[in-house]
Amino acid sequence: MPKESLLIGCGAGFAGDRLDAALPVVRELIAQGKPACLIFETLAERTLALAQLRRRQDVEGGYLTTLAELLAPVLADCVAHRIPIIGNFGAANPAAAARRILQLATTLDCGPIKVMAVTGDDLLGRMRADELLAMPFSPPTQIARSSLVSANVYLGAQGIAQALAAGADVVVTGRVADPALALGPLVHHFGWRWDDWDRLAAGVLAGHLLECGAQVTGGYFADPGVKDVPNLAAVGYPIAEIAADGALVIGKPSGTGGMVSERTVKEQILYEIHDPSAYLTPDVTLDLSGVTVEQVGPDRVRVTGAAGKPRPATLKGTVCFDGGWLGEGEISYAGPNCRARGLLAIDILRERLSALALAVERHFDLIGVASVFNDADGRWLDQCPAREIDDVRVRLAVSGAERRDVERALQEVEALYTAGPAGGGGVRTHVTPLMNSTSVFVPREAFAPQIETLEA
Amino acid sequence: MTAEDFVDVPLHQIAHARTGDKGNRINVAVFCYDPAVYPYLAEQLTEAKVLACYGHRAPSAVTRYLVPNLAACNFVIDDVLAGGVNNSLCLDRHGKGLSYLLLAMTIRLPRQCVAGR
Repeated sequence: MPKESLLIGCGAGFAGDRLDAALPVVRELIAQGKPACLIFETLAERTLALAQLRRRQDVEGGYLTTLAELLAPVLADCVAHRIPIIGNFGAANPAAAARRILQLATTLDCGPIKVMAVTGDDLLGRMRADELLAMPFSPPTQIARSSLVSANVYLGAQGIAQALAAGADVVVTGRVADPALALGPLVHHFGWRWDDWDRLAAGVLAGHLLECGAQVTGGYFADPGVKDVPNLAAVGYPIAEIAADGALVIGKPSGTGGMVSERTVKEQILYEIHDPSAYLTPDVTLDLSGVTVEQVGPDRVRVTGAAGKPRPATLKGTVCFDGGWLGEGEISYAGPNCRARGLLAIDILRERLSALALAVERHFDLIGVASVFNDADGRWLDQCPAREIDDVRVRLAVSGAERRDVERALQEVEALYTAGPAGGGGVRTHVTPLMNSTSVFVPREAFAPQIETLEA
Repeated sequence: MTAEDFVDVPLHQIAHARTGDKGNRINVAVFCYDPAVYPYLAEQLTEAKVLACYGHRAPSAVTRYLVPNLAACNFVIDDVLAGGVNNSLCLDRHGKGLSYLLLAMTIRLPRQCVAGR
């Protein structure tokens, strides 16, 4: 078992993340010269369903659309310095993503490279749609077969560890539990056993802290005058250093912006956590109730006390299905009495939409007064105190099964130019497909990961 | 201590917070800047008060987890996103900004806890 610690850098925390974040991370990993790997997390709940829709249009599509842009700046350096890349950017088509990476490596003249795709997360590859739709969903959901878009289980870290053991330079996955992107390389590097719950818990905690990128290094944190963060425009993405016993320090590349403090790390420890004593992952149940943080240097925070309990017997899957259409339309009012003019516009829209009797759900906001905190019935807007304000934007959001009903509703926002209150300007409308989702739980034994190898 | 020894302060002044989302559920984790005021948060930030704070969104339940090792309270708020990230009509479908609604609450603290800030 190697004694030397492993560095894990994170190059992206979601599909829309900065495309140039990985470069400073890789430079730091090379400069430190220790065993290292680089992870990319780009697959949110909804992202995979949208990718599945792209794959239906194009058999070689369905992976992260920005894959080549994301990898081009770092791929050659990572291959040359033996820094494996692990990413769930395969989305709905890991094998096609692997082919695209091989092609990119050839273009960039990376030399010999082994790209491995880990699959097996697609439920519809393992059972028929009618079998799936007969299973109990949580929450209980009725799904028409024709509206089913995607169904994927969250795989654990085993497939990633296997691929690394087989010498992968790049491991491409579809749906895996986000922390598995870090746990896989840790298990491979240190040879941790799959029932060494405390070690696995430390690895999952490392992955949990890394997987949202800059959210642990000062992003999603700055509050001027209260929680100031230097130079977010060049925020450094995180690098974790993990020792064989699971000891964990979070840091970031030298010369980058942002910061790693006890506060930034604490906020991320509880991010998307429900019961802190039982964070369920496919590989281990993580108990955070003894975790503490300590600043051990500039932009370096040690995290200790992760405890593990046995993994759940089942794997969770997300089932996505067509949810109709979402439409949003907005119009602005400014200057004297703008709040009243905005409220009048909302009243007019309510009356028009009621008279049209369209089959749409509707939601009104008055941006500048009540939007982020607002509710569909406007209870929040109604109780907002009248304050001096000189710029408001009316927002109508509608959803419905039929696109034409949604578009018809938005047309009423545009008509406010001439038939609405004084001084209304800046109308924008757009329509996008909606995706619904529900969860399903399946026995883990039926979902061993599969691995496909491509070499050049 | 008498009533005069206490003062109401905005939570935003003494604590920071972050929202995370899963489906139609969010968690809002609240952290004290000064661990010395943590007992006051644990005493006053009850599930009922947080449920009322988000009441206009009609959440179905609030569950509180105390996390003393991080001087934090973690609130899990069910059915607060009007459908969740996939199909909510809310402007902020993830509820990213909803931690700041909680930070707008006030907390009653002994005057001496606030004086040094």
